[in-house]
Amino acid sequence: MSATGTAVPERTGSDRAGRGSRKRAPRGQGRPVLPRFPVPARVLGYALVAGMGLLYLLPFALQLVTGFKTDPDAASHPLSLLPATPTTAAYQRLFGLSQAADGVPFLRWLGNSALVAVLVTAGRVLFDSMAGYALARLRFPGRGLLFGFVLAIMAVPGVALLIPKFLVLNTFGIFDTYTAMILPLLVDAAGIFIMKQFFESVPREVEEAARVDGAGVFRIFWSVVLPMARPALITLTILSFQGSWNEFTHFLVATQSGQYETLTTGLARFVSGGLGGGTQYPLKLAAALLSTLPVAALFFCFQRYFVNGANAGAVKE
Amino acid sequence: MSLRTMRAPRARRTPRATGRPGAPDSASGGPGTPATARATRAGRRGEGAWGWLFVSPMVLVLGLFLVLPILMALWVSLLRWNGQSNPFSGQADFVGLDNYRALLTEDGLDRTLFATALRNNAYYVLLTVPLQTVLALGLALVVNQKVLRGRGALRTAFFFPSVTSSIAVSTVFLFLFQGSGAVNSLLSWIGVKGPNWFADPRGVLSLILGGLGIVDPEHPSGVLADHSFMGLPWFEWLSGPSVAMCTIILLSVWTTSGTFMLIFLAALQDIPRELEEAAALEGADRRQLLRYVTLPALRPVLFLVLTLGLISTWQVFDQVYVMGQGAPGNTTLTPAFLSYSAGFDNADFGQGAAIAFILLALILCLTAFQRWALRERGARTRRNR
Repeated sequence: MSATGTAVPERTGSDRAGRGSRKRAPRGQGRPVLPRFPVPARVLGYALVAGMGLLYLLPFALQLVTGFKTDPDAASHPLSLLPATPTTAAYQRLFGLSQAADGVPFLRWLGNSALVAVLVTAGRVLFDSMAGYALARLRFPGRGLLFGFVLAIMAVPGVALLIPKFLVLNTFGIFDTYTAMILPLLVDAAGIFIMKQFFESVPREVEEAARVDGAGVFRIFWSVVLPMARPALITLTILSFQGSWNEFTHFLVATQSGQYETLTTGLARFVSGGLGGGTQYPLKLAAALLSTLPVAALFFCFQRYFVNGANAGAVKE
Repeated sequence: MSLRTMRAPRARRTPRATGRPGAPDSASGGPGTPATARATRAGRRGEGAWGWLFVSPMVLVLGLFLVLPILMALWVSLLRWNGQSNPFSGQADFVGLDNYRALLTEDGLDRTLFATALRNNAYYVLLTVPLQTVLALGLALVVNQKVLRGRGALRTAFFFPSVTSSIAVSTVFLFLFQGSGAVNSLLSWIGVKGPNWFADPRGVLSLILGGLGIVDPEHPSGVLADHSFMGLPWFEWLSGPSVAMCTIILLSVWTTSGTFMLIFLAALQDIPRELEEAAALEGADRRQLLRYVTLPALRPVLFLVLTLGLISTWQVFDQVYVMGQGAPGNTTLTPAFLSYSAGFDNADFGQGAAIAFILLALILCLTAFQRWALRERGARTRRNR
């Protein structure tokens, strides 16, 4: 390691990097183009990078720890990473195990979020892939126009639709129902776009072979093309679940009674002072932590697909 | 690691397909042999009906819950309607463009509030977009260092805040930035007395100028006090984001930089290695490599990230709802939140819809500009190839 000044860096540098990235870089991408940094710069660099990493992790660590503190402890030692008197009081309250279950019906929030997320995800996966397939492969009058429509819809910002959405739900008489929460989210333009992009990459020969064998349009879609679309379907499933689990504004304008509150709307009302119960940060942070967990678990298992989703924004054009 | 990887099979197996991946398949791209052509023609019969059947859920849902609401809101924005009666029965007063006039031209509280919201959001955009872009680019450059150990873990750490719920993360930031919270404790270690973040309506710019003795933020005078625009005095326009707004800015930069880092990272990994090697052979050092090879190669992506940021920052709502609801002193009010509260808190849905439309027009203009510019760029690179 000490020989890695600027003069003869090639071998050590390439060995090390080559070993680390052999799996994912088949074209010798792993080898750095330039010599390694001199040792002091490297130490400084690692310190800076570690500091940045800490900046991104510390808030979550504090959130986790504070959930196990008492209210006075959280208020007086907000930065300490060890609870003075560890307690699970916040979690007991959230799960309704203690007497003081005042206005934080956490289990109901959780149930509503889960119900909506599961139904919306199922709907999006089915309807988005159907529409994506039709736009990519089926020939029908108005297809080009419809795709233009999808692209236009993708440009419409959600927050400009708060009052419009309320209007339409109110007019249909479904305001403040599960239908109002779920139905408008069942299809999303970005998902259709992702699926269309994917289906265009499937070789036509596959479908034509099935067609020669006498398979109909729906059968080709369901038994031939859809099974090939696994990576895209997983991406879509994950993005839909994350999107509907974290959805806030739509539920805010689609419902008003407490029984329809989800983790996002319930927590937002609780935190923004609707319940007026002092600071109660351990309780708030524990609820926020629990509401993050499902998406976090998905994220750590399927990070690759989240990355796909983030980059889908880059190819929208 | 993008959709490009998903498109790969097509390029390999069917070299005859020449259409641009993003474009709809051209109708003439049929198969070559007569036998398959006949089978195709037979199969194509009825495809039109199937096509419409397949897109019908999309047409219904998007039509009923996206297009129809926009049209209805356009109508309601011309009414004085309190949300009680049916706005389409003629019971609500038709007031024409009054709602828009009250926001844009007529002197009054409505216009002052709207101008305040525009000012707040403009400062939010002005600070968030450059900060998150620079941070995301920096993080991407770091994580792209082939020699850096643990870069996978770092990438995960930087990206994680972006996938969490905005409400949950805002809750955490509320805790961190309390008056006696973690951030102020940290600041006190280095001898700085942190402000009472969420309760501080003072504008940062006027604080700085006041600190330098250029203006007196308590008693503004002269040109800045005498002139106003849209009902808001000049010194109010120039006050900068309030301290409370700065926490929302920090939160947004912190959460969104991860997503944009990934976009930069994908672009960095697409830079041809030969280009960097050639530059290194010429004797370029790190700074020159960054300046003359990497950054120019990133220019289209940089534009994309900047415009995506510009579009999304005009829509800030969730964080405002949790962290301030407009308080203190209306300095965290944004047009999106103003539209919501005009309708749902003040029962003035006509006004709320009018604000929503002005916001919609602004964002659609930005999006149209982005798509137009990116299309130009794409066409040019294709021609050069």
